Amino acid sequence: MSGIWFNTSWRGKALALALLLVFLLAPVIADRYLLSVLILVFYFAYLGHAWNLLMGFAGQLSLGHALYLGLGAYTATALWTLFGVGPWLGVFIAIPIAAAAGLFIGWLGWRFAIEGVYFALLTIAFAEFTRIGFDHLQITGAAGGLFLPVNGEAAGEWWNLGGGPLLYYYLALALATAGTLLVARLRQSPLGYRWLAVREDPQAAQAVGINIFRARMMAMLISASMTAVGGVFYGFYYRNLFPSQVFDIGRSIELILAPIIGGLGTVFGPIVGAIILTPLGETLTGLMQSLGLNAPGVKAIFYGVTLMIIISLQPNGVWPWLARHLRLNRPSE
Amino acid sequence: MSTDHRQFSRRGMLAGTAAGAFYLAAPSIIRAQTHSIKIAVLMPQSGYLAQAGQSCHRGALVSASVLAELGHKVELVHVDIESNPDVSRTQAERAINEGAQCIIGAFDSACTLAIAQVCEQRQVPLIVNIGAAPQLTEQGYKFLVRNFPTGGMLVSNGLKQIQALIDATKIAPKTAVFLHANDNFGMAQRQGMDKVFPNSGLPFKLLESIPYDPKAQDLSVEVTKIRGLNPDLLLVVTRAADAIKLVRDIVRQKFQPMGIISPGAPGLYDEEFYKALGPLADYHIDAIPWANPKSKVTQTLEAAFKKEQPNFRFAVECFNVGFTFDALLIAADAFKRAGTATGPELMKALKATNLTDHAMIGPPIKFDDKGQNVEIPSSSVQNRAQTPTVVLPAEVATMTPVLPEPPWQGRT
Amino acid sequence: MTAITLNVIVQGLLTGLVYGLMALGLSVIFGVMRVVNFAHGEFTVVAMYAAFVLFEVLHLDPLIVLLPIAAVFFGIGYLLQRTLINPFVGRAEHEQFILLVGLATVIVNGLLLVFGPDARPINLSYSFDSYAVGPMFLDKVRVFAAIGALAVAAALLLFFRYTRTGTAIRACADNLTGAAVIGLDVKQLYAVTFGLGLACVGAAGTLMATIADASPSLAQAYTLLAFTIVIIGGLGSMVGALIGGILIGVSEALAGFYIQPSMKSMFSFALLIIVLVLRPQGLMGRRL
Repeated sequence: MSGIWFNTSWRGKALALALLLVFLLAPVIADRYLLSVLILVFYFAYLGHAWNLLMGFAGQLSLGHALYLGLGAYTATALWTLFGVGPWLGVFIAIPIAAAAGLFIGWLGWRFAIEGVYFALLTIAFAEFTRIGFDHLQITGAAGGLFLPVNGEAAGEWWNLGGGPLLYYYLALALATAGTLLVARLRQSPLGYRWLAVREDPQAAQAVGINIFRARMMAMLISASMTAVGGVFYGFYYRNLFPSQVFDIGRSIELILAPIIGGLGTVFGPIVGAIILTPLGETLTGLMQSLGLNAPGVKAIFYGVTLMIIISLQPNGVWPWLARHLRLNRPSE
Repeated sequence: MSTDHRQFSRRGMLAGTAAGAFYLAAPSIIRAQTHSIKIAVLMPQSGYLAQAGQSCHRGALVSASVLAELGHKVELVHVDIESNPDVSRTQAERAINEGAQCIIGAFDSACTLAIAQVCEQRQVPLIVNIGAAPQLTEQGYKFLVRNFPTGGMLVSNGLKQIQALIDATKIAPKTAVFLHANDNFGMAQRQGMDKVFPNSGLPFKLLESIPYDPKAQDLSVEVTKIRGLNPDLLLVVTRAADAIKLVRDIVRQKFQPMGIISPGAPGLYDEEFYKALGPLADYHIDAIPWANPKSKVTQTLEAAFKKEQPNFRFAVECFNVGFTFDALLIAADAFKRAGTATGPELMKALKATNLTDHAMIGPPIKFDDKGQNVEIPSSSVQNRAQTPTVVLPAEVATMTPVLPEPPWQGRT
Repeated sequence: MTAITLNVIVQGLLTGLVYGLMALGLSVIFGVMRVVNFAHGEFTVVAMYAAFVLFEVLHLDPLIVLLPIAAVFFGIGYLLQRTLINPFVGRAEHEQFILLVGLATVIVNGLLLVFGPDARPINLSYSFDSYAVGPMFLDKVRVFAAIGALAVAAALLLFFRYTRTGTAIRACADNLTGAAVIGLDVKQLYAVTFGLGLACVGAAGTLMATIADASPSLAQAYTLLAFTIVIIGGLGSMVGALIGGILIGVSEALAGFYIQPSMKSMFSFALLIIVLVLRPQGLMGRRL
């Protein structure tokens, strides 16, 4: 991690610290709406980091990450509603469950040489299978949903994640920051370099003695675990879960947009992507309303067009381009 | 060219902050006006619930003039929540920022709960116009009231209607099958059914409860299963488009039950249902709350709807339109009684509601301490000439019920 | 085998053939160009709406407008490939994916904007008729749609087997460098391929419109279905796509009948996983 720090230009350091400061102090001046948008930005940045580990670093396309999100969310909330186990403890049970699912899928995929699109379809199949399964799981309410009691602002029980948006804001910010630090650390670690080698040229990597299978499994393990923690956050923030919402393929797709648009395989890509995409959606909505173009679906059309434009013009993501123009990094970032 | 790129992505990054700053400085001036109340109506106008959401939206649009006619000063804001809880949450925050003092919504339970969080924390009342998940009023929200039956209420009232239908038409069904969508609405009904049916005293036996996947492409397999069981009555909980598939496959497989009855689900009374099936849509019955044809409020609402939404039939949309209107009426009425639109006072007035003249059938609107209106009755609405018609109870009926259903062949 | 089981199987088979035709288009596109067309279901739904509009306005039976719609879709596919898709051929899968997800979003919401959210049925005079074959009831529309699907698939198969262009396309799929070396215009052939793939989709959507009601919400499910069938049937094998369609149609029907209808999709996904793990080339595909 010191590697990243020392090798970033002073501009980069200043920018990163300034951004962090702004976010820490935002609640003082920002209103609740902006806070709720920022919570989403941090949430998607964090999930983007998790997914980016598997795709950007280890090179495996997963389109079923909602599986780990849902497993994390359901485990922690079920433990809370059924057994009174608080989320700070519940997360330690949610993580192994999601990790086990991820490792199983990884083992199936990589042991049996399922690559590329086929691996992506494998992940989709597992997520869909689990979604329908949970639709029939009576103990968590099946399709009827799982509900948490109301969360008043005065509750202030941070140990049960009962509290107002401020609690969740700082929690989301902490997750995003921790995620960034973790990813940066891993990037510079021996494991990170092994991943890079495996992604770029698996055969050469194998030739120098890297165990490809183990490297990929580690990526999956960390990725799924991180996503599960995001799921716990999701469950307690929204206080209700439906299998058709949380395991849905739409969720899997939505969480990969930020890292791809921001910059795959980079440390700051997911953050930049989240900062662009979430406010973009909100701004489009506001714009449509003020222009009187309130027809349903128009905003989504603009959103889709934007995605197509960005991926056509900047297929490597916005961050590498931004970093180059602002002269923030070493060439290899 | 590089300048264009810079402008492009910077704009994206700055726009969000700019938008936020703009909404921060938003007109809190509006809050100062206490002689009118600003209500935000949050509905899923796009996404998978678009059909119902747009119908409710039409209801909200028409309500504005009717409420003015009844002497209420109301300002309405309409928001599309895209059938997405993330959007629901941020849009609720934004609406309140822009001065909304009360929120109506949101048809889908997940979206409604996302909004409920915000309303609870910002102490802005939320009136649920349509939403049957029982848990909405069980989780302890203090700033939520619901003027819509729970899944359990729909089922028990529905079964009461079925008994009334049997009495009125003198049919003698011995068996029934319950087919329901395996989504949160269907499950709420199923749970209600499992609890209430055994003690309902109905003269027929429930052979089986069959859940179907609402994402399925067709229901021919389900219908084959039902045909094998050959029940006298088919009780269904479907969504709009599924009802079409169901009846179509039933006709094709030549299965003729005494009646197809729904304990409170959408689908059997949608315009697309009539358009798709024509005369084959007739004689099915939905046991749901309905607009009271004998109420003056409803008649005013109908006249306004005819004028402002000529492309849609009030007779078909009055369920969504009526409940949306009633929710707005409740808000306006509470505002009148409270004299102010500030959250806690408005909420107190809402809880004390006792509204006699409203659009949907039933006794005066009152809420229990959980915020639920427990007295909303169901009526039997039968499709006649491709128009939903109230056939029971007799006081509000415009036609008498006809059962068993005439055969599929030879219907005009 | 009881009469009802047989009925379930045959209905599943008929429906599966139409799904198979839709998957055929994907197999052609992915098999030859390796483009991950995640907007496949969306195009199918556009075709459904096209058939619906022609029926409403000109009162033409979809079976009649099948060829014209397929031809138009060929043109759309050709143009789309030359303009939008071509730069993405050979690029990383996730980039193609984002492009097509963006396109899919635009299409679905465009349809919502134009047609509204209601399901749009095509009410043919024989929509409610069925053939009584022994103890079974077979829906007339499903029988016709299945025959149509078989006809289109057969035509495509003959095209690929016996025409010069068809052979050239297969050459590109087998060995791209070799094909370029011997002077084949790869760009042109790719455009033709994408056109053919979309023509299949156009035909499949038209047939689908007779058995399902057009609605924007169907799109994503169809995309997944197409991919599932293609994987199970085998990439690059057209017969495989049809067989995969039949297999999915029948197995889902049986699973729905004997287990629980709400679980029938679980069965297809389980099947997909098993095929991916044990036999990734699918039932009829060649080894990757």
